[in-house]
Amino acid sequence: MEVLLGITGKDFTLIAASKAAMRGATVLKASDDKTRHLNKHTLMAFSGEAGDTVQFAEYIQANAQLYSMRNETDLSPSALANFVRGELASSLRSRKPYNVNLLLGGVDPITHKPSLYWLDYLASLASLPYAAHGYAQYYCLSILDKHHHPDITLHQGIKILNMCTDELKRRLPIDFKGMTVKAVTKDGIIDIEFDDDKVVKSA
Amino acid sequence: MSSPFSINGGACVAMVGKDCVAIACDLRLGLQALTVSNNFPKVFQYGEHVFLGLTGLATDVATVSDLFRYKVNMYRLREERAIAPRTFANLVSSSLYERRFGPYFVSPVVAGLDPKTGEPFICGFDSIGCIDFAKDFIVSGTASDQLFGMCESLWEPNLPAEDLFETISQALLNAVDRDALSGWGAHVYIIEKDKVTKRLLKGRQD
Repeated sequence: MEVLLGITGKDFTLIAASKAAMRGATVLKASDDKTRHLNKHTLMAFSGEAGDTVQFAEYIQANAQLYSMRNETDLSPSALANFVRGELASSLRSRKPYNVNLLLGGVDPITHKPSLYWLDYLASLASLPYAAHGYAQYYCLSILDKHHHPDITLHQGIKILNMCTDELKRRLPIDFKGMTVKAVTKDGIIDIEFDDDKVVKSA
Repeated sequence: MSSPFSINGGACVAMVGKDCVAIACDLRLGLQALTVSNNFPKVFQYGEHVFLGLTGLATDVATVSDLFRYKVNMYRLREERAIAPRTFANLVSSSLYERRFGPYFVSPVVAGLDPKTGEPFICGFDSIGCIDFAKDFIVSGTASDQLFGMCESLWEPNLPAEDLFETISQALLNAVDRDALSGWGAHVYIIEKDKVTKRLLKGRQD
């Protein structure tokens, strides 16, 4: 019941992840951050099996930062997406594969083009205008199909994100404790204030 | 249903014409019944006249297409010439058989023209590299049954390039409309001696 959402717009990529850290039917933490900054203009959100997620995400984060230090230049979001895919693909055919689903959002440091990459635990990679993982796909993709345009502003993006989280609150049987929301722009990664306390009446 | 070959869905077809060949694929990427992307091409170019279509598990489509980009680049540097489609087909076959007991879940299709004679060449493979040479057409993917039916009824020998485009496009478009796991538009390549044409077909978006 973990929620990952990603939306691209005119000059930004929005990434949102649910705050609940769950173990079986128990909520262990209500302020979990399921995202890692890979470099100044690339952000990764992750969900999946408990130990695997953070381990894999921080392994990728460390390698991205090592590359930046060695070469005094950052990898582009597309380069990082393909690197992550390679690591996940070789893990898939190992003795104990990582069970991690990812969204990778970024803004190209040179062209300023926003991008969003969807990766599942099988290492299927897709570049998309908007994406979701887990049960959220079934509730949110139809909303995004209807309301998303490639040239929306950040303000409009957050509005659509609110429509998605409202629907999730309405339909998901377990409370996911709100969302951590971050936006990648050409100036870097910024935290977005998001109202988690809004009560949505069930249909 | 949960076979690795039919999790993501997709279809691919190649045809021989008069001094030309054609290869086409759909654009869907799905997770069972859910469509994740409608822009996931499955045909890749490895030389002026060498093309490879890959259907099956999406992760292996990406892994195998990247692997052959590397292998073909290494071949070109070592031999100082471009790879011929027949040579490429044997490279695909032996590379897949290397993974005999843990295969890539893909059904490849090769299409091209011989660089010396200009003779059309198409062939298909199973996931462990057994080559299926054909003089007419090759199909693969979740819509392969439907593609066999369309190709058997539409294809005829010695079609010129324009007619071959019409034939392969109608065959693919009408086949994927009868398959829930394929569709969402198509890429069609027509390969002639001194011209390669790539066309993007919209297709039904439902």
